[in-house]
Amino acid sequence: MSNMIHMSYEVPPGDFTRAGEASSNLKSSLKKMGVNPEIVRKVAIAMYEGEINMVIHATGGKIDVVVSPEEIEMVLKDQGPGIANIELAMQAGYSTAPDNIRNLGFGAGMGLPNMKKYSDEFKIESTVGVGTTVTMKVKME
Amino acid sequence: MKLYDLVQDGCFKVLNEGSTSEREILAPYCCDLLSVAMGRMPADSAWVTVMGNVNTLAVASLADAACIILAEGSHLDEPALNKAKQQDITVFETEMPIFDAAFLIYQKLHA
Repeated sequence: MSNMIHMSYEVPPGDFTRAGEASSNLKSSLKKMGVNPEIVRKVAIAMYEGEINMVIHATGGKIDVVVSPEEIEMVLKDQGPGIANIELAMQAGYSTAPDNIRNLGFGAGMGLPNMKKYSDEFKIESTVGVGTTVTMKVKME
Repeated sequence: MKLYDLVQDGCFKVLNEGSTSEREILAPYCCDLLSVAMGRMPADSAWVTVMGNVNTLAVASLADAACIILAEGSHLDEPALNKAKQQDITVFETEMPIFDAAFLIYQKLHA
């Protein structure tokens, strides 16, 4: 018997009005499961930043979530342009977001740093021209 | 101060009243950059901003803001108002500058 719950979300390309739906859905699912609100908040913030990145920089993507008694794992996978210099991209304040995105209040260069800050384990793999996969784990504690 | 008290107070115009009026407001928080707000806004904040788009609502919901106060005469656009209703988020608006609106909240919390 497995006590792990799998959830999958599609992030549609270029749709800022819908960006955040996957994170919102996950948040309410976790709440219903009775997960500690502070843990839910960490997961929601980390995942929303990832979701937004997939819309800004890639053509959407797919998010797989596994909830176990020990942790919540989120794997965000896109087929976007990839990140040439991950170290630079991870620096707070560094952004390649275009002006129309900045006008919406994004592009502060805080997305990846926030994802790292709010997850207990953070891994990013990227190949230019192929895409980016971010894996985040938040411990239940 | 409960959200209900701020709704009743009338100092800010209520654009949408969520069903969470028993919720406590712990502090005002000011920021217009959504990712900065996302990363730093404490839960249960009264978030004072000029950004009134759907993403503001998403950030408020995911980061557990108590409410949004749109300052400087900024408004919610139509999709954002629908989202506020759908996500049950209390949103106010005011002509006050950001600082004044946040300071007013601060004064009410420390009265």
